[in-house]
Amino acid sequence: MRKLLLFSIITTVGLIFIARLFYLQIYKPDVYNLYEDNAIRKVYDYPKRGYIYDRHGALLVANQPSYDVMVIPREVKPLDTLEFCSLLKITKQDFLNIYNKAYTYSPRLPSVFIPQLSRNDFAMLQEKIRKFEGFYIQKRSLRDYQRSIGANVLGDIGEVNDYLIQKYPYYKMGDLIGKQGVEQTYEEVLRGVKGIKFIQKDRFNRDIGLYKEGIYDTLPQSGRDITITIDATLQEYGELLMKHKRGGIVAIEPATGEILAMISAPTYDPNLLVGRQRSVNFTKLYNDTIAKPLYDRGLQAMYPPGSPFKIINALIGLQEGVVTTEDRFSCNHGYSYGGRKMGCHSHPSPLAMNGGIYNSCNAYFANVYRRIIDKTKDPGRGMDIWSDHVKSFGLGNYLNNDLSVGQPGKIPNSATYDRLYGDNRWGSTYNLSNAIGQGEVLTTPIQLANMAAIIGNRGYYYTPHIIKKIQGGEIDSTFTTRINTTIDKKHFEPIVQGMFDVYNHGTAAMVQIPGIEICGKTGTAENFIKIDGVKTQLTDHSIFVAFAPKDNPTIAIAVFVENGYWGSRFAGRIASLMIEKYVKGEITRTDMETWILTHGLESEYAKPHSGQPFTINKGATIDIIPLEKENKDYEIKTTNNLGLKPESTEEL
Amino acid sequence: MMMMQREPRGFRLDWITIVLFLLLVGFGWINILSASHQGEVTNYFDMEQPFGKQALFIILTIGLIILTLAIEAKFYERFASIIYFVSLLSLVGLFIFGKTVNGATSWYAIGGMTLQPSEFAKFATSLAVAKYISDLQTNITTLKDQLKTIAIIVIPAILILLQNDAGSTVVYAAFFFVFYREGLQRIYLIIGVVIILLSVFALKFGIVFTSILAAAVVFGMHFFGKRKRPMLIETISVLLLCIGFAFGVKYFYEDILKEHQQDRISLWLRLESDPEKLREMKQTILYNLNESEKAISSGGLSGKGFLEGTRTTGKFVPEQHTDYIFSTVGEEWGFLGSALVVILFVALLTRVLYLAELQKSQFSRVYGYCVASILFVHFMINIGMVMGLVPTIGIPLPFFSYGGSGLWGFTILLFIFVKLDSNRLYDW
Repeated sequence: MRKLLLFSIITTVGLIFIARLFYLQIYKPDVYNLYEDNAIRKVYDYPKRGYIYDRHGALLVANQPSYDVMVIPREVKPLDTLEFCSLLKITKQDFLNIYNKAYTYSPRLPSVFIPQLSRNDFAMLQEKIRKFEGFYIQKRSLRDYQRSIGANVLGDIGEVNDYLIQKYPYYKMGDLIGKQGVEQTYEEVLRGVKGIKFIQKDRFNRDIGLYKEGIYDTLPQSGRDITITIDATLQEYGELLMKHKRGGIVAIEPATGEILAMISAPTYDPNLLVGRQRSVNFTKLYNDTIAKPLYDRGLQAMYPPGSPFKIINALIGLQEGVVTTEDRFSCNHGYSYGGRKMGCHSHPSPLAMNGGIYNSCNAYFANVYRRIIDKTKDPGRGMDIWSDHVKSFGLGNYLNNDLSVGQPGKIPNSATYDRLYGDNRWGSTYNLSNAIGQGEVLTTPIQLANMAAIIGNRGYYYTPHIIKKIQGGEIDSTFTTRINTTIDKKHFEPIVQGMFDVYNHGTAAMVQIPGIEICGKTGTAENFIKIDGVKTQLTDHSIFVAFAPKDNPTIAIAVFVENGYWGSRFAGRIASLMIEKYVKGEITRTDMETWILTHGLESEYAKPHSGQPFTINKGATIDIIPLEKENKDYEIKTTNNLGLKPESTEEL
Repeated sequence: MMMMQREPRGFRLDWITIVLFLLLVGFGWINILSASHQGEVTNYFDMEQPFGKQALFIILTIGLIILTLAIEAKFYERFASIIYFVSLLSLVGLFIFGKTVNGATSWYAIGGMTLQPSEFAKFATSLAVAKYISDLQTNITTLKDQLKTIAIIVIPAILILLQNDAGSTVVYAAFFFVFYREGLQRIYLIIGVVIILLSVFALKFGIVFTSILAAAVVFGMHFFGKRKRPMLIETISVLLLCIGFAFGVKYFYEDILKEHQQDRISLWLRLESDPEKLREMKQTILYNLNESEKAISSGGLSGKGFLEGTRTTGKFVPEQHTDYIFSTVGEEWGFLGSALVVILFVALLTRVLYLAELQKSQFSRVYGYCVASILFVHFMINIGMVMGLVPTIGIPLPFFSYGGSGLWGFTILLFIFVKLDSNRLYDW
């Protein structure tokens, strides 16, 4: 017994140790993960980000090198600070401040000493850097926007935030990611895949060589170039025309659904969001809550579409067989119903469909709309039929395209009014405004442009999209799939003729372009804001939708100018000029171009913020902008609507 | 007939022990190399590096082994007392000539080398204990002789404690196993176990719980025990003693122990439940243990391979080539390698025990028991500490950890026994 005590204790302890080893090494450990080993430094090798070209192959976005001066405080030897500071254009006090900050962060790890040197400073410093021990230059890649257009289309890249890191484990702290526009939607194509090196470090965090001679390391896969559907010339021209105004333009190629131009005004120079000044400039843009330059009005602005929407009601009337092209309706400066009256302007009466369209007669469309809704005894059913037809035009929902932002708009159905008035306690007169595109209908400019494309195509569309070609890849098949509306093709011809007559002798007669058969429709939309809690009406939005040529159109366009008053005043002119620029490549209506370039709406926009009483519509104001002498290009490049100037790169 | 088969005197060595010893020393050096190399190893005898020095120590050890085996076996018995006194002198000398490393004044600096006499005191004390117990005059069951034997081990233990090397002092508790084997009454064993249980329970579950439990056990034994029922007053005094002891432990823990010692015990018994405090402890006193457990854990079944351990190569575990050498085994050789080391130790210890029981002379048997007990306590405390099973006590892993004095001390300790064993057929 006495002999066995120590023996059994030894054996027991041995077994306990083996059990503990089993627990620690086999039972407990999650599989050994190189990425989570804090003894291994992960160094990423970032591939070149893909370039972006316009539809004609013009380079829009490339990369530029940028140079950071790095410091490892412990390795710094006494140096000629005077020379060093003069090379970097800083004072000795700056030098000490930055150095102490870096030392506090970590004496052994590299910190950025001066970020993003200018090319000249880099050239000077590169010659001398070896004299300054502990300092070195690290190269980084930044975006380089070749032309200062399309900020809303192209977007920008910035550092990932914590939310994105959690959501997408690919990204690590400090990685760059596309933040808006195509940089965001085609992030994975453009960025490529970063390479990784595993480096063994010691407990002071110093590198001591490649882990296992680099057998787990991977090489980066470079990003792929993309070609977008934007026509840079048209985009640039549209941005020029929209100066001093707010609003959006979307132009689409009807045969393919490719977006030719997508303008949001006011805009900004995309180069503002590159490099050292990115966060300062972004904050300035973000904080401008009045002009909202980061808000893409072509995609996000939901407004009642106004008169252009009448076209859809005419098509639905024909499809449902409740009206023929020859049915005439009279108009006595409006349409009276139930003791109320929907007003209209002066024009001949009575009108058939063609005249109803080109005169934009409210009474005509009120009659058509009531016939659609009241086709059966049940207005709820009529409403749902109407709603389904409207939605087949891509309205009332997201387009599901490859743009980074969007809005669904709104198309009501019977449920909408059942909620408002109670089940079946309403009729067509309750929502007669829908007849003329006011009421509960909301659309975005891109939806209106798509609507114009559908009419140009006589009944179908391709989802509007911005990608034309991906290097070594296919574009999404949803963009090459034809989507048909619920309206038969034969009903479109009279409508197209009506829109053509809008230009011939209707509301857009004054914005004709000689030699191009344009079909269009003007629109005005009433709009309101709250000033100190009081709902206040502002000058109407000027809206225009068009496509050209009449047969086999090559461009469909929607223009809307905030508070531009009537449709042809601003939007009609701009749409015509855009069409001429795209179809002919040059401008013959220089009178119209000059008018647009010399007229602005900034004082109109200032009204609601002035705190003073103001008048609208007939009392609208307009600014006269002196035309700069034949150097529009220069103008675009040096300033922008915010009046921001790129700051000097020498500044700390 | 028997005489003809007999091998030359002194060469009938127990090769199993020797092979186990060589395996441990060799594998230990491989791990010291892993834990201490920096970059490419060009020279295995680089005297600037611990692995180089250790290689030299190992070579010198061979000379030491030959010397130990060459000496007549009877010499160790006859000169046991003298060796013991010389060893005590060397410990006392530290108070005058000693060099302080890491707060402990345990080294003599001779030229470029340092020597730690406490490592040699272990075999010297073992010899003295063996000599005293095997003396015909000694009867270990009498209190007088028990006190004398305890004095033999307490003197060097106190000298070492005074040098601020508490870890090495704990090792002297190993001699309890020897005394018990040689006839110490069972009551001491029972008292020892009760003391350990009471201490742990008092700290872990509090005094009230411990008292209730003690009362239940004591009265249970009083009324239902098989033996003759003791007087009630005796039982009650035992209970009061237990409760008093529990209070004493609590007081000792809270008011006498230094904060870092308190923390070690609190950590071992998982007393701290505040996650904030625990996180802070992981950065401070838990740091070593935390890093060493992570290193062992990351080894998995078969380890990361020789010189491939990321935490070892990155020197994340402080003192890895000395007290924490086992974490290198865990990381680079995995479960298979570490379990092998445990098995090698168990094999060596049981082999020594087995041989000890075979000895004809009581001196050899007691000495063998001392060897096994001392090695066992080192093995249990060191590996237990590295894996978080035992509170942190800084003592080396025999034959494995870096250090000349330690290696030589353990080698002499073991090979004196190998020599005694080789001589057992001539003992009378």
